[in-house]
Amino acid sequence: MNTAQAGRSHFTYVLRLADTNLVLAQRLGELIGHAPALEEDLGLGNTALDLLGQARLLLTHAGSIEGRGRDEDTLAYFRNEDEFVNATLVEQPNGDFGDTIARQFLFDAWQLPLYERLATSGDTGLAAIAAKGVKEARYHLRYSSGWILRLGDGTAESHARVQGSLERLWPFTAELFHADDIDREMRAAGIGADLDAVRSDWERQVAATLAEATLERPGDRPWRWFGKRGEHGEHLGRVLAQMQVLQRAHPGARW
Amino acid sequence: MNPVMEADVTAIEADVRVRLADVLDPEIPVLSIVDLGLIRHVRVAANGAVEVGVSPTYSGCPATSVIKADVEQTLRRGGYGEVRIVDVLAPPWTTEWITAEGRSKLHDYGIAPPSAGPVACPQCGSLSTTKLSEFGSTPCKALYRCMRCLEPFDHFKCL
Repeated sequence: MNTAQAGRSHFTYVLRLADTNLVLAQRLGELIGHAPALEEDLGLGNTALDLLGQARLLLTHAGSIEGRGRDEDTLAYFRNEDEFVNATLVEQPNGDFGDTIARQFLFDAWQLPLYERLATSGDTGLAAIAAKGVKEARYHLRYSSGWILRLGDGTAESHARVQGSLERLWPFTAELFHADDIDREMRAAGIGADLDAVRSDWERQVAATLAEATLERPGDRPWRWFGKRGEHGEHLGRVLAQMQVLQRAHPGARW
Repeated sequence: MNPVMEADVTAIEADVRVRLADVLDPEIPVLSIVDLGLIRHVRVAANGAVEVGVSPTYSGCPATSVIKADVEQTLRRGGYGEVRIVDVLAPPWTTEWITAEGRSKLHDYGIAPPSAGPVACPQCGSLSTTKLSEFGSTPCKALYRCMRCLEPFDHFKCL
């Protein structure tokens, strides 16, 4: 493996984490002023803010690894859809509150054990961002798992709705644990996380919360989603259009 | 610029720290950034340039950029020409770094200081309080209500 290629993999590895956070932050941002109650507006808005803050640090870090002078704004606003390498799960629409919470719970239960491992990454910049993120992710998981409990163990209606949300979103979770060449290379280099270990933590957390919420773990199904390779469904384009329109129309605009 | 002497370096550092104690948190304006435990280091270079290491509280806290701009402005007003503010992410900031004075200022301002155990009402001191919302008006706070005096209040979350 030559150095240039290793650098490229390293850049992509960090960019995937950044994009996944950025796209989810943008999705959650859509709900500000529209959540079902003020407390949920604050909860989802603050979660979005943490994820955006982490995304900015990760984008800046990715830009410095790449070494071509791209800063956080250039990476966020001036890449096209097929250059985004976020996990497909996070670009899924907000749907109803059950969908939003199910997506958040499945994500938080993945991000926490992932950050816990990245906190000891050989990439000290990434390790610092992850160590800081661990505390935030733990709080997000407390919020989203609390809502899974209330919806699952709530009324017949809320139970059925959130069960449906889990069924619809479940196929997108496989990608979170699927190690491709870049994941394997970064793991071998002491930079990336062991996704099998992340998966077993995730399974344990998800099983415990779903059991308490009287919900069923959906069955695994064949999947072919590769957001992290830049292959996206129909939704990401619209998310990016809203996020990027101002900078595309007025490059460099500030306020 | 003439190289500064070692004794000067110590004096400059002390002066910078005194000035930093005047920089207030933009969202909790009774608390200085020193009270919050945000200052990681003050370094004075041989040419007199000052570097201040600042820990962000939450990764996305919008106050962070305001704080950095305020630090720079305060030191420039104090006559320091060359000022550099650096983010220090590791180790991550924790609410345990809030000073005793900071905790008491929070309490007096009506915000319950970070507590892993029961959260006392900053108005009447009752421990009979209930959490209304995990998240409050800023990333660092949660919303509570006192069951005795019935006042709502913010709790500075443990991080």
